[in-house]
Amino acid sequence: MDLIFFYILAILAVLSALGMVTARNAVHGVLFMVANFALVAVLYLLLDAPFIAMVQIAVYAGAIIVLFLFVVMLIGPVPTSLRDKLPGQRPLGLLAGLVLLLLIGSVVAVATVTAGGGISSGVASGFGSPQAIGELLFTRYLYPFEITSVILLAAMVGAVVLGKKGQ
Amino acid sequence: MITIPPVHLAVVAPLLVVGVTALVVMLCDLVLPANERTWLAYLSLFGLIGAMLIGTQLWGRQTSTFSGMFLLDNFGLALTFIFLTVAVITVLLSVAYTSDRGLVRGEFYALILFAVMGMMIMATAGDLIVVFLGIELLSLPLYVLSGFARPARDSIEAALKYFLLGAFASGFLLYGIVLIFGATGSTNLLQIASVLTKGAHNSVMLYAGIALLLVGLGFKVSVVPFHQWTPDVYEGAPTAVTAFMVAGTKAAGFAVLLRILLVAVLPVRDVWLPAIAILAVVTMTVGNVTAIAQQNIKRMLAYSSIAHAGYILVAVAAGGAAGTSSAIFYLLIYAFMNLGAFAVVIAASRGGEERLAIRDYAGLARQRPVLAAIMAIFMLSLAGFPPTAGFVGKLTIFQAAVQNGLTWLAVIAVLNSVVSVFYYARVIVFMYMREPEGEPWPAVAGDGRRMLALALGICVAGVLLLGILPTPAYQAAQTALLNIL
Repeated sequence: MDLIFFYILAILAVLSALGMVTARNAVHGVLFMVANFALVAVLYLLLDAPFIAMVQIAVYAGAIIVLFLFVVMLIGPVPTSLRDKLPGQRPLGLLAGLVLLLLIGSVVAVATVTAGGGISSGVASGFGSPQAIGELLFTRYLYPFEITSVILLAAMVGAVVLGKKGQ
Repeated sequence: MITIPPVHLAVVAPLLVVGVTALVVMLCDLVLPANERTWLAYLSLFGLIGAMLIGTQLWGRQTSTFSGMFLLDNFGLALTFIFLTVAVITVLLSVAYTSDRGLVRGEFYALILFAVMGMMIMATAGDLIVVFLGIELLSLPLYVLSGFARPARDSIEAALKYFLLGAFASGFLLYGIVLIFGATGSTNLLQIASVLTKGAHNSVMLYAGIALLLVGLGFKVSVVPFHQWTPDVYEGAPTAVTAFMVAGTKAAGFAVLLRILLVAVLPVRDVWLPAIAILAVVTMTVGNVTAIAQQNIKRMLAYSSIAHAGYILVAVAAGGAAGTSSAIFYLLIYAFMNLGAFAVVIAASRGGEERLAIRDYAGLARQRPVLAAIMAIFMLSLAGFPPTAGFVGKLTIFQAAVQNGLTWLAVIAVLNSVVSVFYYARVIVFMYMREPEGEPWPAVAGDGRRMLALALGICVAGVLLLGILPTPAYQAAQTALLNIL
């Protein structure tokens, strides 16, 4: 059952990723990206990682997409030209993509061979669950958690200072 | 039900006081009328001095809280005092500077206070995660403060350059932290040390991690070859902010560097020692030689700060109790000398116009004799002449190096200080032996003038007192050793 789900989601995720890259209209591209993020989030859910799935939705499908849409709206619908700004970007990108594919492929292949098809996770149940992470944030990592809140405040003040017009 | 571990708020009180002051300053900024903004400076001073007084009550205690993420020891406290002193002097400088240039905004002080919090977090960090967060809390306000003189082009350029390169350096730092975690299985500094002592680690990953960490931190304290941003940012940023960056960021960066190198990865000292020694030599030499060619006083001081980073690296390389205490002592002296020199640059300006070229200082001794004399003291101290503090500071570092068998490094450092005399003396020559060009520049007027004079007074007193009577401060630095519980 999980496997069928996985294949459907995986095919849709790949299609949405292709749609994002090939879309002529920037807004369409961003919408394809939202679909892709949401599909990947469901994949995380299938992998028993509800926290990462929620973060994926909140941070990527939420905040980052809003940012992208804002930028697209601010600069307006610019027709995408197929000419490269940086020479040699395409072959290099292709090469990097191939290397990444090989790397991920080899990891999957090795894992499948050594684990005999079924990959068993060596972590205890409840690892990475929202409860476990929440508990760590309020016990062991309380201090970094509090510092992060101050950093966000400082960043917000900074953004206002730089964004405000004149005096 | 989660049980929250006990937190000793008294131990982190100085940090809390600074943080609360930042919030209060921002709130008061909303209700204060525009011409009463000087009160925000008074409020900031109140908070900073309060934090300092609370800090004195903690002196001598050795403990940790927040599950070992916050370490209280004399080392962290000594550096906290340096940061707070730097912040106090910066606030004193800023009142005149910002009102002359129409940059009076409450967020200025709040951002300075946030940056000081970041420095304090760095110096008391017991965990690499906290180190990283502290550096970010220090850097973010500084990126904004560098661009505070917007829409001045230099200022925007400085902010953008600092931001892009700083983000890049943070990436290196984070990558280094991850590799060290991978090699040792911990981000806690003391646990890393104990894993390394047992020898149960992955060496290649560890060395790569240390190298990347050095790149990231080397950027923050502007060590050659990661220094290229320094002159541009120091030149473009508002002078008061530059003074804060020169004195504060460097002290905070070295605090982290000392704690990581002399506690966490001390067991593999043989591996990183050559790297630090070479960085020290290159940094001193490039900094001093390039400073000679500078015509702009802020750029000259920027290269001088790079050279001084090299001297402090000599102390780091020396290591041990002598190296640590001489580094702390030098950071204090360094803060006074540089804040003082930048304070003179601010005090010598006319309205919004600054004397930026060294040529502009021609004949200053005739127009503003006291100011010229003060500048001469700072220049002599930076060059390391007795009876100023710069001499004593360099002496303690060189002694530490010789004691720890790094005589060759001490010799190179001495040769470098000889080279540096050239460009520091040049400022004095211009002030005393050249005719002034153009009409005389009037003194700064306004409500910040008295505070600027006070800042200059503190710096002069610091440089002379530490030069003539260094013993009490140096003895305090000698007890400011790292907590290795």
